[in-house]
Amino acid sequence: MATASKTTSARSKSASRTRSTAKKAKPAIAEFDKDDELHAYREMLLIRRFEEKAGQLYGMGLIGGFCHLYIGQEAVVVGMQMAKKDGDQMITGYRDHGHMLAMDLDPGAVMAELTGRRGGLSKGKGGSMHMFSKEKHFYGGHGIVGAQVSLGTGLGFANKYRENGNVSMAFFGDGASNQGQVYESFNMAELWKLPVVYVIENNKYGMGTSVSRASATTDLSQRGASFGIPGEQVDGMDVRAVKAASEKALAWCRDGKGPYILEMITYRYRGHSMSDPAKYRSKDEVQKMRTEHDPIEQVRARLIEKKWASEDDLKAIDKDVRARVAEAAEFAQNDPEPDASELYTDILL
Amino acid sequence: MPIDILMPALSPTMEEGKLSKWLKAEGDAVTAGDVIAEIETDKATMEVEAVDEGTLGKILVPEGTDNVKVNEKIAVLLGEGEDASALDAAAAAPAAAAPAAAAPEAPSAPAAPAAPVVSEPAEDPEIPAGTAMKSSTVREALRDAMAEEMRRDADVFVMGEEVAEYQGAYKITQGLLDEFSAKRVIDTPITEHGFTGLGVGAAMAGLKPIVEFMTFNFAMQAIDQIINSAAKTLYMSGGQMGAPIVFRGPNGAAARVGAQHSQDYASWYAHVPGLKVIQPYSAADAKGLLKAAIRDPNPVIFLENEILYGHSFEIPDMDDFVLPIGKAKIERGGTDVTLVSWGIGMTYTLQAADELAAMGISAEVINLRTIRPLDIETVLASVRKTGRIVTIEEAFPMCSVSSEIAYQVQEQAFDYLDAPILRVTGKDVPMPYAANLEKLALPSVPEVIEAVKAVTYTA
Repeated sequence: MATASKTTSARSKSASRTRSTAKKAKPAIAEFDKDDELHAYREMLLIRRFEEKAGQLYGMGLIGGFCHLYIGQEAVVVGMQMAKKDGDQMITGYRDHGHMLAMDLDPGAVMAELTGRRGGLSKGKGGSMHMFSKEKHFYGGHGIVGAQVSLGTGLGFANKYRENGNVSMAFFGDGASNQGQVYESFNMAELWKLPVVYVIENNKYGMGTSVSRASATTDLSQRGASFGIPGEQVDGMDVRAVKAASEKALAWCRDGKGPYILEMITYRYRGHSMSDPAKYRSKDEVQKMRTEHDPIEQVRARLIEKKWASEDDLKAIDKDVRARVAEAAEFAQNDPEPDASELYTDILL
Repeated sequence: MPIDILMPALSPTMEEGKLSKWLKAEGDAVTAGDVIAEIETDKATMEVEAVDEGTLGKILVPEGTDNVKVNEKIAVLLGEGEDASALDAAAAAPAAAAPAAAAPEAPSAPAAPAAPVVSEPAEDPEIPAGTAMKSSTVREALRDAMAEEMRRDADVFVMGEEVAEYQGAYKITQGLLDEFSAKRVIDTPITEHGFTGLGVGAAMAGLKPIVEFMTFNFAMQAIDQIINSAAKTLYMSGGQMGAPIVFRGPNGAAARVGAQHSQDYASWYAHVPGLKVIQPYSAADAKGLLKAAIRDPNPVIFLENEILYGHSFEIPDMDDFVLPIGKAKIERGGTDVTLVSWGIGMTYTLQAADELAAMGISAEVINLRTIRPLDIETVLASVRKTGRIVTIEEAFPMCSVSSEIAYQVQEQAFDYLDAPILRVTGKDVPMPYAANLEKLALPSVPEVIEAVKAVTYTA
């Protein structure tokens, strides 16, 4: 006996979802005044000095486990920070120290988490890859490649549900851009017009595998094309370009037009993690990036050229930043480990 | 020969339905594909199409008849050249014995249980004395629980595949879209990993999602987000950021759906710190515990059972019936042996308890209700009284919830035990499709009785 369903009437959705993705026009560069340049310089320098110190502490055995440094990529997170509004959320993967500093989290609390101390952001229970701050709208710090993309889409969902006008910025790498849940998230974000900026930090290598060896198509900004999500490639070593693109993307999302993809072309100077000797690329390649494209040196050169700062002014900033980082490291080394009773807390509310 | 038209089965678990309407009358010509009748189950209204040509000779079950069993003869189709006289001949012939398409084990079948000799149904201490009771299916109880909590808290929303416009693949979310709009009752694409992560992210931002999995089998696609993101974030954030979220849906074996759709995940999730795991049996369990789960600030795994959806139970007629998570219920008081079960395992257990009572064995039956946190104290108190314990569940035996109960009982009540701890579980095999094998793979009432005989040293 054959039967047919009556209740399953076919639903037809309007099929007109064919918006052309953004064309690659000449990259926009934000106009930076003196204050912008100095802010960017200071913020990026803080991340760099912080990460250098973290590398040292790791070498001394004071930081355990995995430790993924952000050196080289500072312009990405600082440019986005300069474009965002209060209330906008950030979420990222395990290379997260820079994002936390950009979200104004206390360097001492971040460093103390790296050393596993009670004053760490997660009381020493999260570690390098797992830190959060509801207060500062930083949602982690996630150790599973790609997971933060779905989670960040959920943050965007909550923004839309609450109609609070905030935008979620979900950061992930070129490696994560091949994860299945990324595309599941793209689909829902565009379908439901969720305010999410997907920030692909393309630092050229997913651990030791170059983009071209892992990705069938290497223009990652177009990975949302089949869903109708606009995307563009951005010079992620130029903080002004990052800020300009971020402003555009955030405005797009805030206007209720759905998600936006920014592929930040960037570079990590260090290995994937502290234990990676980075034999998959040449020293020349790294050196060329450092000398020709360094995000901090670019700002420094403009400040000097425009006479917005003297060498001495910049030295003073550097000294100040070093002092902050030294203070953070000092705290992270002297703060006690968590009390043994913390083992059984924070499992359930 | 006239052709028998039989009551069709419309889902793997359908046992009976209502013949709501005949669309053809006796004497009407019928060609293959014609819709001849409408039938209703508790989930849906469906059309019955003719597969053969002929004339509708006789309608055997009039429209409006309830509880028509699957495979019951509902009409007779006459072939070319046949007339009504053929009907009499057909009636004389023995009816073709079609294999039953119903559930292999129909635990709720009113098989006139022997009157309990010593085992009495216990009052639920969570229900105030004198509360009026009403009948509700598990399906209605779940729906009502969600609706009540959505009325109470605007941050609660439900998302999943077919939960909105289709009214739920198993009709658990029936009517919610109408009341709460598409903003709060959200149809997702078939992307468990993505929408689970999205739900967890929304929960981290403070919303209270109810994520429905069409079945928990599909949640394996999403288990990373459940374990690594939902369960662990509170700890990894030093207590700053939790995920108030409920993952719910049917879990365990349905009927004849094979290995990939028939698995009980209770022990998988119960393994993980940071999760609560609930496996309700009755409609009252379902309603009271789902409401509690939605209010709970932690991620809660809520494991339902498709076969139980249509079962009716008495539930308290109260405005706000909430049960405590982590508390077992003594369903029957008894003195000779402790039977511990949960979810659909309770159907075998209660039936076995009835039969044992008739044999003069008094079984205390504990319905765990919650798997994690495990109410081991209630189990221990009973074991200290009876000295014997058998656990009953449909899941695989290895590393099962039964294993954990056995471990904790021997650890904490070793001196009280008068017999080894036995467990009756699903067999250690992927669920087979063939009806006979499937039945063998699941626990049975005789297996429970055998286990009880073994621990009570009864012949």
